[in-house]
Amino acid sequence: MFSAVVRLSASGVRALARTRPGYTAPLACRCYSHAKAETDEEFDARWVTYFSKPDIDAWELRKGMNTLIGYDLVPEPKILDSALRACRRLNDLASAIRILEAVKDKSGPHKEIYPYVIQELQPTLKELGISTPEELGIDKV
Amino acid sequence: MPCCFPCAGTRQEQRAKGRQISTLIQVSTSQHPDNRPTAKPPPRSEAYHADVPLNTTTQPSLGRARASTSGHGRTMLHLTTGRLGSLLTRRGIMALTTSNVRMASHGHAVEQADMSVPMYCDRIDTPLPDRIYKDELSATEKSLKQKEKGPWAQLTDEEKLALYRISFKSTYAEMKQPDGEWKTVVAGMLFFFGITGLIVIWQGIYVYPETPHTFAPEWKAKQAQRMLDMRVNPVEGFASQWDYEKKQWK
Repeated sequence: MFSAVVRLSASGVRALARTRPGYTAPLACRCYSHAKAETDEEFDARWVTYFSKPDIDAWELRKGMNTLIGYDLVPEPKILDSALRACRRLNDLASAIRILEAVKDKSGPHKEIYPYVIQELQPTLKELGISTPEELGIDKV
Repeated sequence: MPCCFPCAGTRQEQRAKGRQISTLIQVSTSQHPDNRPTAKPPPRSEAYHADVPLNTTTQPSLGRARASTSGHGRTMLHLTTGRLGSLLTRRGIMALTTSNVRMASHGHAVEQADMSVPMYCDRIDTPLPDRIYKDELSATEKSLKQKEKGPWAQLTDEEKLALYRISFKSTYAEMKQPDGEWKTVVAGMLFFFGITGLIVIWQGIYVYPETPHTFAPEWKAKQAQRMLDMRVNPVEGFASQWDYEKKQWK
């Protein structure tokens, strides 16, 4: 048993000596996972598809919106457009207005995001007859 | 404390004492060696009573409780002594009870929210809660809900607002309002600082022994002089600050 240990350790030392040069360049190899990262477009497309489901139910709308708002981002206008149309299919105006409020809150200190989003959504808002929180006066206490 | 066993006496006296001691041991309501009668401990087999119906078995009392007659086991809890024990028992019963009825400290039962069904919540990170705010809708609200199924452009602003308030309790602006809770927190903090201060003052008066005589100014002066005389820390410390020529502090 002892001789086997010696044999193993000897080969181990040789292996170490062979691979040692590989460790002299740590910066060249980062420890990222090898999974493919989803691009922004893929993310947006996925969420647009989620809300575009024709027979989406109220639970799925709530779950989708709460999850989306949980992310560290402000959803793109096209995702919100899809979500607002889902609200229309569910005959839920209150949720549509709530979604707009949530988007404004998500922008945080970046005050220019919300007006841009509303501007992009104007055709949809007009078509579906959704009033913004500002038009209803609920953006102030 | 007088000892139970006889000191050196005659043999007869010793034997008599021995007999006395064995009879003492046999008698249950014995007299204490120093002749003080003791109270019989309360019967522990009697059931204790709580002032609300308990679903679980009764908990042993932490204080000294005198139990009333067993009966149905659901009458008032009589705790004559051991107030702290009684308080702990109540809290213990509260923790153990499994019924939906909460034991309020003022005595009668209080309805608690049913956590087994979806609940409403106003949270900025959860824009669409698990259920709408209003469960029961009036007739106007119901007809409004019907109108909501049609084109939304036909709804007036007031109707849209009414629909919003049916589904949600507060708007985002109302949720994010500053509530002044910090004032309560600071006030409570200062209040407890004050209580602590009072305790410290009381302690200084009633607990601390007399200040030692070595703290008197005269003693301290002589002590400082002695320290200078023996050159305490002459390089960078105490004596280095004293000018020995001018006989004053540097």
